[in-house]
Amino acid sequence: MSKTREILLGPIFTNNPIALQILGVCSALAVTSSLNVTIVMCIALTVVTAFSNFFIALIRKHIPSSIRIIVQMIIIASLVIVVDQVLKAYAYEVSKQLSVFVGLIITNCIVMGRAEAFAMQNPPIPSFFDGIGNGLGYSVVLLFVATVRELTGSGTLLGFEILPLVTNGGWYYSNGLMLLPPSAFFVIGGFIWLLRNSKVDQVEPVEYKLASHTK
Amino acid sequence: MSNAKDSVSRTVMVALVLCVVCSVIVSAAAVMLRGKQQENAINEKKFNILAAAGIEVVDGDLEAAFATITPKLVDMRTGQFSTGEDVMTYNMRKAVKDPAKSRALTSEQDIASIRKQSLYSTVYLVEGEQGIERIILPIHGYGLWSTLYGFIALESDLNTVAGLGFYEHSETPGLGGEVDNPKWKALWPGKKVYADGSYAPAIGLIKGKAPVGDLHKVDGLAGATLTSNGVTNLVKFWLGKNGFAPFLTKLKAGEA
Repeated sequence: MSKTREILLGPIFTNNPIALQILGVCSALAVTSSLNVTIVMCIALTVVTAFSNFFIALIRKHIPSSIRIIVQMIIIASLVIVVDQVLKAYAYEVSKQLSVFVGLIITNCIVMGRAEAFAMQNPPIPSFFDGIGNGLGYSVVLLFVATVRELTGSGTLLGFEILPLVTNGGWYYSNGLMLLPPSAFFVIGGFIWLLRNSKVDQVEPVEYKLASHTK
Repeated sequence: MSNAKDSVSRTVMVALVLCVVCSVIVSAAAVMLRGKQQENAINEKKFNILAAAGIEVVDGDLEAAFATITPKLVDMRTGQFSTGEDVMTYNMRKAVKDPAKSRALTSEQDIASIRKQSLYSTVYLVEGEQGIERIILPIHGYGLWSTLYGFIALESDLNTVAGLGFYEHSETPGLGGEVDNPKWKALWPGKKVYADGSYAPAIGLIKGKAPVGDLHKVDGLAGATLTSNGVTNLVKFWLGKNGFAPFLTKLKAGEA
């Protein structure tokens, strides 16, 4: 049981796909300007990663190695299209805001990365949990980024007003940078810094060496 | 034996089976959910029209709120109602892409930077006991990053703005994106489109705050000069002589 636990919870902090492996950052920049949209994106990505891992692990012994990436892509793409269709039918407003980014889950490095690194070597059930775990790891970072960005950028959380804006008669001057994608870099950077402060083993060894002083 | 799964025939087999299975799943999902998706798209459009007209949706009952609204087709060449297309299925955004159903605009005409205009436009009449109470006109034009799509609603005098709203755009959040701010949108109702006797629209945005009591000017969007210009241009275009001005003139004279 402890192995399942490790597979499921490991990617959240100790082996986080975004913070440690720096994968899937593109969508973390794009969809995190409001928390509501981010939550849907996290659910979508977690579902896709879990099921693509599951199905790929299920047929891993039959996948010819020459076309294995293509096979993985087909399974991932099919799942993403299904998720996109479901969102369009049942969460229309959010799907409009997510627009192309649901489709871009296909190219999200986390999904491909887990399929190739884990699902190809492991049975379906652990692979499924590995997908859920990595989805959760992705979600933790995205939710953190989205909370910071929506609060400082719009003064709201999930659309509810927390910091009344000057434009609406309050006192808070919104930070426009926070609504633009580049701000997510700063927030992700901050997240990684916080994480590596508590988990020092994640700090990478410096690749350079200071030369000694010359006279 | 170890190479069996990598043989050519096996590879082709796996690829074929996988493609068939996946395509069945994807098409099944698309077909089963299509009805619901189309319903969503139609509801959203109705909701936008109602929002522009300033009609409140009571208890989420879109149908009841929409019952007072009649869609009509206007021929942009003559400025008259037309039955040249089926109004229920006509799609302006598709028609623009069809050379047979649209007309190119010269650079002088094209102040809204839309290049082409569909020959027919769908307008929405809010009818009451005394005839037309409000009329809702579709408008679109280029802002800073994107084409803004929206509606403008006019009162029965065909000159006073009843409401304005955009339902699709990708302007900068917090700056140009403030076109969605309810406080800014609330500045529009009551403004007059045309100055006396003229059919050149006088309405538009000005930089900073509009003078109190000004009938035609609306506050510009702070920090979004290009989006503000875009909104001014598209409103001027659609209410001008290449837009709905001929139709509004005829409608007022009872000749539409």
